Amino acid sequence: MDYLLAESGIDRIKHAINVICEPAPFFVLSCVALGVFLIGYRFWTKPVVAAIFGGGAVLFYALSALDPNFFLIIAKPDNVPISIMMLLVGFFTWLAFRQAAINDERLEKGEPLLEAGADDKVLVWPDLVYTEFIALILCTAFLIVWAIYLRAPLEQPADPSVAPNPAKAPWYFLGLQELLVYFDPWIAGVLLPGLIILGLVALPYIDKNPRGNGYYTFKERWFVITTYMFGWVVLWVVLIVFGTFLRGPNWIFFGPYEFWDAHKLAALLNIQFRDIFWIKALGRGLPGHWLVREAPGLAFIGFWFTGLPFLLAWTVMRKIYRQIGFIRYVIAVQLLLWMFLVPLKMAFRWTINLQYFVAITEFFFNI
Amino acid sequence: MIKWIREGQVWNSIFRHGIPRDRRTRAMAVLSNVFLHLHPVAVRKSGIRLSFTWCMGGLTFFLFLVEIVTGVLLMFYYRPVVEYAYNDIQAMRSGVVSMGLLREIHRWAAHAMIIAIWLHMLRVFLTGSYKPPREFNWTVGVILLVLTMLLSFTGYLLPWDQLAMWAITVGSNMARATPLAGHEGPGASFLVIDGVPLIHAGSDARFQLLAGTFVGPNALLRFYVLHCVFIPVVVTVLIAVHFWRIRKDGGISGPL
Ligand code: HEM
Repeated sequence: MDYLLAESGIDRIKHAINVICEPAPFFVLSCVALGVFLIGYRFWTKPVVAAIFGGGAVLFYALSALDPNFFLIIAKPDNVPISIMMLLVGFFTWLAFRQAAINDERLEKGEPLLEAGADDKVLVWPDLVYTEFIALILCTAFLIVWAIYLRAPLEQPADPSVAPNPAKAPWYFLGLQELLVYFDPWIAGVLLPGLIILGLVALPYIDKNPRGNGYYTFKERWFVITTYMFGWVVLWVVLIVFGTFLRGPNWIFFGPYEFWDAHKLAALLNIQFRDIFWIKALGRGLPGHWLVREAPGLAFIGFWFTGLPFLLAWTVMRKIYRQIGFIRYVIAVQLLLWMFLVPLKMAFRWTINLQYFVAITEFFFNI
Repeated sequence: MIKWIREGQVWNSIFRHGIPRDRRTRAMAVLSNVFLHLHPVAVRKSGIRLSFTWCMGGLTFFLFLVEIVTGVLLMFYYRPVVEYAYNDIQAMRSGVVSMGLLREIHRWAAHAMIIAIWLHMLRVFLTGSYKPPREFNWTVGVILLVLTMLLSFTGYLLPWDQLAMWAITVGSNMARATPLAGHEGPGASFLVIDGVPLIHAGSDARFQLLAGTFVGPNALLRFYVLHCVFIPVVVTVLIAVHFWRIRKDGGISGPL
C-alpha cells in the first residue's frame, strides 16, 4: 500500500517535470536561470552555494537516469558526450564567474587582481611543462576509461531507402536542427550558422571596451558577457540538450520520462502573419500579388532590421553607439537583432502558432 | 651505467644540455627542443595558473594529436568505398582485425575535442583575451573552430551505417536551402539563363558538397579525402599560426 502511494507520488513528480520540459517553459526557465545567475553571480558562485546547487543538479540527473525512458536516451553512446558537456559547462562557468566575483570585489576595493603580478615570470621548465604533462596524462586516462566502458556505435548498414525516425544530425548541430522548428532551412541551417561565425569574427573589432583584457571580470563587461552567455548557454547548449533528449519521432516533443511513441501526434496549427493582418484584422481576403499580400510582414521585418536600430541608438544603446561609432554599431546591432529574432519567433510560435512573418513561398523566401 | 649513457656520444648528440636542474639548463631544455620550443623560456606566472587557462587550448591540441595518431592507424584498415566501408568497421568492432580500442578512442576523442574547443573559446572570451592585440588570433581560432566541427562532421559519415548516413543527410540537406546557391534556397529560381535554370538539384550547393544528389559513394569518397587529408592539413597549418601568434602577441594574456 505504502509502496503504491509512493509510486504514484513519483509519477506525479515525473509528470510535472515532463510538462515543465515542454519547449516554452523549458526555454523561458533557462533564460530566467541564466538571468538570476548573472545578476547574483557573487552569491551563486560562493563555493558552498555552488556545491549545493551543482551537487543537487548532478543528484537530480542521476536519479532521473533511474527512469528507463530517460536512461534509454542519455545512454546512447553518441549522447554521452552531451552529459559530459553539461557537467563541464556547469563547472567551468562556475570557475570563471567565481574568479570574476573575486576580481570585481577586489577592483572595488582597489586591491590587486587574481592575475596581478605581470612581471613575475616563471620558467616554462618545470612549471608549465609539468602542468601540461599532468593534464595530458589525466586526459589520456580519461579517454581510455571512456573507450573501455563505452563502445563506439555501429548501427545497421547504410540504407537510403530506410529513414530512421527521428533522423538527427550529429549532436553538436542539434541546436541548429532544433531551430528548424521555428525557421526554414535557409535561416536555421545556412544564415544563422553563417552569422554566428561572422559575429564571432567581428567580436574583437566591435567590442571597444578596453577594460577586462586578460582577467576574469563580469562587472566591467556585463553587457558583452551577458550577450555571449545568452547565445552560448541558452541558444547553443540548451537547444542541443533539447534537440537531443526531448525530441522524438517526427521531431515531436517528448518529456524526459516519456516513452518515444512514434504514433504520438502534435496538433499542427499554422498561422501566417498575413492572415492575422488581412483576414482577422481587416476582415477581407488575401490580396493576389505576393508583394501586397506580404506587405505587413515585410513592414514588420523591415522595421525590426532598419527602424529598431535607430530607435535603439536613440534610447537604450545611446552610450554604446557613441562609444563604438556608426559602422561598428550597425554591424553589432544587425547581429544582435538576428540573435533576438530567434526567441521572438519562438515566442510567437508558442503563443499564437505563428509560422512565418513573411511567407513568399513562390521563391522559398519565408522568414 | 646511467652515467655511461649520459656521457656517451649518442646521448650527447641528442640532448645538448645537462639535466634541467638549474636556471640555465632548464632554459636550454626548452630552447633546444623543437617541440618545447613552442613555448617561451619563461612565462608570466598568472598566465599558467590552471584556473586561468583551464589548460583547454593545450588539451584541444593534445586531442587533435590523438586524433592524428589513431586516425592514421585506422586508415590502414578502412577502405572508403561503399562495398567495404561498413564491413571494415564491423571487422574492427568484432575484433577480426585486432585494433584494441583505436576506434573507440578516435571517436570519443573527437567528441571531447569539440567540447574542449568550445570551453577554450569560453575561457578566452571570459578573460577578454580576444581584445587587442589578440584580435587576429581570435579570428584564427574561429576558423579552427569551424574546421574542427567540419572535421568531426566529415568523419561521422565514414562508418557508413544508418547513424552516419542519415546524420549527414540531415546536415547536408541544409545546403539545399542556401540562398541563391541551393535549389530550394530563396532567390535561386531567379538565376535562369535562356529559360534554363542555373541552379537545380544536379548543380546546387548540396550537389557540390556530396558530389551527387544523395549521400552515396561519391559523397563517401569526398568526405574521406576531406576528413583524412584536406581539413587536417589546413588545421595543422592554422594551429601553427595560432601558436606563433600567441607568442607574438605577448604570450598568454594578463592584466596590463
Ligand atoms: C584546434 C583548435 C585550437 C587549439 C589547438 C588552440 C590552442 C591554444 C593554446 C594552447 C593556447 C594557449 C593558452 C590556452 O591554453 O588557453 C591558445 C590561446 C588562444 N586561443 Fe586557441 N586554440 C584553438 C582554438 C581556438 C578558438 C576556437 C579560439 C577562439 C575563437 C581561440 C582563441 C585563442 C586566443 C585568442 C588565445 C590567446 C589567449 C591568451 O593569450 O590568453 N583558439 N590556443
